[in-house]
Amino acid sequence: MIDVMNDASETRKVTGGVRDFVVFDDVSLAYDESGNAIEDISLSIDEGEFVAFVGPSGCGKSTFMKLCTGLHAPTRGSVRVDGEPVTGPLKITGMAFQNANLLPWRTTLDNVLLPLEIVKPYRSQFRRRKAEFQERARTLLRTVGLEGYEDQYPWQLSGGMQQRASICRALIHEPRLLMLDEPFGALDAFTREELWCVLRDLWEAQRFTVVLVTHDLREAAFLADTVYVMSRRPGRIVEKRSIDLPRPRELEVTYEEPFTHLVHELRAQIGEIRGGKP
Amino acid sequence: MNARQRERIAPWVAVIVLVVAWEGIVRAFSVPEFLFPGPLATARALVDYAGPIAIHSWQTFWTTMAGFGIGVVVGLALGFIVGSSRFLYQACYPLLVGFNAIPKVAFVPILVVWFGIGSVPAILTAFLICFFPIVVNVATGLATLEPELEDVLRVLGAKRIDVLLKVGLPRSLPYFFASLKVAITLAFVGAVVSETVASNQGIGYLMMSAGSQMRMPLVFAGLVVISAMAMVMYEFFSFLEKRLTGWAHRGQR
Ligand SMILES: Nc1ncnc2c1ncn2[C@@H]1O[C@H](COP(=O)(O)OP(=O)(O)OP(=O)(O)O)[C@@H](O)[C@H]1O
Ligand SMILES: [Mg+2]
Repeated sequence: MIDVMNDASETRKVTGGVRDFVVFDDVSLAYDESGNAIEDISLSIDEGEFVAFVGPSGCGKSTFMKLCTGLHAPTRGSVRVDGEPVTGPLKITGMAFQNANLLPWRTTLDNVLLPLEIVKPYRSQFRRRKAEFQERARTLLRTVGLEGYEDQYPWQLSGGMQQRASICRALIHEPRLLMLDEPFGALDAFTREELWCVLRDLWEAQRFTVVLVTHDLREAAFLADTVYVMSRRPGRIVEKRSIDLPRPRELEVTYEEPFTHLVHELRAQIGEIRGGKP
Repeated sequence: MNARQRERIAPWVAVIVLVVAWEGIVRAFSVPEFLFPGPLATARALVDYAGPIAIHSWQTFWTTMAGFGIGVVVGLALGFIVGSSRFLYQACYPLLVGFNAIPKVAFVPILVVWFGIGSVPAILTAFLICFFPIVVNVATGLATLEPELEDVLRVLGAKRIDVLLKVGLPRSLPYFFASLKVAITLAFVGAVVSETVASNQGIGYLMMSAGSQMRMPLVFAGLVVISAMAMVMYEFFSFLEKRLTGWAHRGQR
């Protein structure tokens, strides 16, 4: 298992990742008799790609994540990740949500370490390699700007800091796939832009695959390689748009012409979906 | 005197006001001692009968603690079982509520038939009356888990038991300690009620027999002793709660 993971990070560094890492083939999911939550989704995400999903509320973005991570099985169609059909929870994924959901009785450091106490193969090595793991967590916390807060409790941190810690928790077991469901939705505009840059830097450094769900079109356009626009329920992919802005991107690009134009177009498209035929 | 000092002194002042008012009323209306003794008469009885009161208090104390101990163990186990599965929660909850609605005094005659007069009915009554709040609180603490946090853990391959031990149990600890405070006072009620009808030892028995001889000051002395014991134990668990689950009280999350 360890070897597999090391191999993966090797290929990632050398080739920039495999093609068709996540493949959805004509996938639909109905939770109950009320009809499909998402419908006829076919797409493919390369390893190391940063994709964003935007769409009206209730269109099935979170549902897409559940399918992707194996937390829910599709009603029709197939989901493959890394060449294998997804049959159960995929532990090569890390997840973070709008709510940081840190455990208030654990320090920030211990919160970040939580996945290592659970996921194989780390869980059996946790006692033995604890010092090493702690060092890893500290390094990660430092890169997101939380140095010095390791021993604070979550309720002593601001919302933005909690969200940073939550992202560290999602990344501590070095997942190949990072799932973010509106991670910055509850933050103020400045903190949000700060965290965009934190996420951008983490991704530039490690090049894991990211699936980001967001309501913020600027966020999607700034961070992603590809933006998928979903229709109202039942959610379908109505647009796939590649963002060709050069990398690494600085925050300034979000105020410049090609970027604002792009955001306007996306904005118009969402408007059409919302106002369009029922 | 700052606000905090005033807050600390306030309960003692309240006690003194109550005692003074009590003595005042008894004197103003010259109520006979065998009906309603004042605090002075009660205090005198406490001193005069210190020996027997101590013996009976000890009896009440240990039977209460024994019943409470069983209640904690059973309450924790039942709460864990009921709270760890939605299905069991749904299945058992109405039963538990129904059981809780039975006045526990009604069990005493049954317990006397089964176990005879003495300590056992007192222990069991204390247990029966106190385990319910523990079950409910532990089960509720376990059953409330944010679905998103569950997703974060489940995707890592966490089994139900991992989630319960890493998240559910620590989360339910504040509920558990809060329920201990309620349970310990209920346990005293259970033990004393049982002693009044089914024992020849304990504060309950002492009050019953003193009452039948019209020795009211002694009855009141018994009341004071019970409430003092219950108060001390309540404060003890309150202290434990603050020490062990401070994270649940400090600051708003
Ligand atoms: N567990 C569930 N059982 C039944 N229906 C569900 C369940 N989860 C989601 N749904 C339904 O599926 C549809 C898509 O839900 P989903 O949570 O994926 O939307 P979303 O795009 O994430 O919305 P938002 O942007 O508001 O988070 C909704 O109509 C919702 O009511
Ligand atoms: Mg959602």
